[in-house]
Amino acid sequence: MTKRRIEPLLWLLFSGGGVVSAVFLPILVILFGLAIPLGLLQPDYNHLHAVVSHWLTRLVLLGLIVLMLFHSAHRFRFTLYDGLQLRRLATPIAVLCYGGALLGSVAALLIVLTI
Amino acid sequence: MSAPTTYRQPVSRLWWLKKRTYFLFVMRELSSVFVAWFAVFLMIMVFAIGRGEASYQKFMNWAASPVVSVINIVALAFLVLHTVTWFALTPQAMVVRSPLGSRQVTAMKEVRVAGRLVPAATVVRVGGRVPAGMVVASQYLGLIAVSAFIAWLVLG
Repeated sequence: MTKRRIEPLLWLLFSGGGVVSAVFLPILVILFGLAIPLGLLQPDYNHLHAVVSHWLTRLVLLGLIVLMLFHSAHRFRFTLYDGLQLRRLATPIAVLCYGGALLGSVAALLIVLTI
Repeated sequence: MSAPTTYRQPVSRLWWLKKRTYFLFVMRELSSVFVAWFAVFLMIMVFAIGRGEASYQKFMNWAASPVVSVINIVALAFLVLHTVTWFALTPQAMVVRSPLGSRQVTAMKEVRVAGRLVPAATVVRVGGRVPAGMVVASQYLGLIAVSAFIAWLVLG
């Protein structure tokens, strides 16, 4: 079965996504999810635009988002299996989770290419 | 091929509410929902930044709305849980070795060579595993360094 062969790759993506999420996300949520929208910090737009459009930032953002999506898909898949006892629906759940991550990755690629 | 007919005791869908550790485990797994949420949030933000200052301001106004703010506060709690549990598990998933902590062990034995007893020695290095506490601590140092760098980069 093809699914068996890609399972190690999915675990690798899960693992990589777990590491980058653990290291990058707390500060990103604090800054962009709370402090900046709520007006506690106000970075200059032009500076922010310059940082985000740098090729290295785009590459890092793409890698970060893709890993986050596959990490999340993998973990959520097992949460549904075990948490809600849905092993009978294994195939549709897997298709939905990884399909979503794949679509999101394509969207992320388009976004970083067209900043 | 027919399915196995072994009896399997049915498990309640609410099994994870029965023990504190089960509950924490499920909360940890549910952090995945917020990782996905923030991936989407970041994508929309980067898209908005690319489209100009007005669209960036519009995004930030949306992000400041009570619903989105509450989601992000909850997300922060789940992501901190993810970070703490992930760092705590690393030493169990990975053995970090360092030559600094290892020591030499010498085993001596007399062996007979051409009718004469001569001493022979085997020297091996053992140990050197970095203690779990140090692995965890170094990850927190990495977290602090990365966070400081991102804050510096964003705020200029």
